[in-house]
Amino acid sequence: MAIEGADLVKAAAFLGAGLAMGLGAIGPGVGEGITAAKACEAIGRNPKEAGLLTRTMLVGQAVSESTGIYSLVIALLLLFVV
Amino acid sequence: MEFDIPTWIKVGAYAGSGLAIGLGAIGAAIGEGYTAAQATAAISRNPARSGEIFKSMLVGQAIAESASIFALVVAMVLLFTTFQSDSFIMVWAVLASGLCMGLGAIGAGIGAGFPAAAACEGIGRQPGISGRLTTNMLIGSAVCQTPSIFALVIAFILLFTGLDNNPLSPTWAAVLGAGLATGLSAIGAGLGSGLVAASSCEGISRQPTSATVMTNSMLLGQAITQTTAIYGLLISFILLFKAHPATESLAPAMALLGSGLCMGIGGIGPGIGEGFTAQAAVRWMAREKDSIGDLTRTMLIGMAVAESTGIYAMVISLILIFVI
Repeated sequence: MAIEGADLVKAAAFLGAGLAMGLGAIGPGVGEGITAAKACEAIGRNPKEAGLLTRTMLVGQAVSESTGIYSLVIALLLLFVV
Repeated sequence: MEFDIPTWIKVGAYAGSGLAIGLGAIGAAIGEGYTAAQATAAISRNPARSGEIFKSMLVGQAIAESASIFALVVAMVLLFTTFQSDSFIMVWAVLASGLCMGLGAIGAGIGAGFPAAAACEGIGRQPGISGRLTTNMLIGSAVCQTPSIFALVIAFILLFTGLDNNPLSPTWAAVLGAGLATGLSAIGAGLGSGLVAASSCEGISRQPTSATVMTNSMLLGQAITQTTAIYGLLISFILLFKAHPATESLAPAMALLGSGLCMGIGGIGPGIGEGFTAQAAVRWMAREKDSIGDLTRTMLIGMAVAESTGIYAMVISLILIFVI
């Protein structure tokens, strides 16, 4: 089969979108898990501060989530805009 | 040089066979080695209990071994079955089958080693509860094996369901993507479930009275850790059984391959991260009985946030299959 330039570009964009979101999901997944693990540990040590600790955990996770969202944005750009 | 299709199928099957057992041997070897190391340490602390610790080590290692036995079975099937087909799809299917089983056995093998090691340590610490500890270890490591069973299912579907009547392009990419989605996403779930089961065994050995709570919270944590492997299985099924219209261009094929890669790789991180979370939560539930409620709530919230990138990966996979 003859592959045209436009087809090749689209193919690379689709594969790139999959790789971007797939690889981009590793870091936030592991990092947010470690954050939550430490929050659980801290609540175990100091149960009275459970509210404060859960709030801090969520803020920290939200920041850690940002790279996952960048991946999602780039994947969507590759799929629908480029 | 021109080769006929049966020759190419043999090439794919032998390469797939090597990948299946080569990759599939990694996990079990690491997991069992870790178990043996911790068992040795436990015996040096409490030599009087060496018999029980040794027995528990062997039982735990036997379970950790099962994932690599699945890989061995798939490798043998690939070596000694003659796949009758007149389509190049079969070449990709045998290769994807080996890759899927090999990758899928890594996490389960490493993961099942953690609870076995914790059980050996626990028996050294609290010899009186070796029965309850062994039961908990068996439940925990059995759950660790589920992602490798998903991989086995997909490997056999790839080999024996006869996808040959579909158009070669883009089905070859769907077949490869299906193998990668389940195989890769099984790594995180297997590893994560093992971490949870280990801290539950540790908790029982420290606080024998909390055994029921430990087993229940372990199962809750493991169930959530498994979710990304289930997303991977779902994407594999869609890739295999959706009718893909024939195409001459490369883009639709790459969309399907990208979909499998996206869900497979994207499932690794949340699986491991959620495993860390549930491990810490279960460990502290054993020490602080009064805060079990707070710990469970924070664990669930934390895991839900860690899951989000896995869900993004599934969304992109589904867009690649259905929208593009």
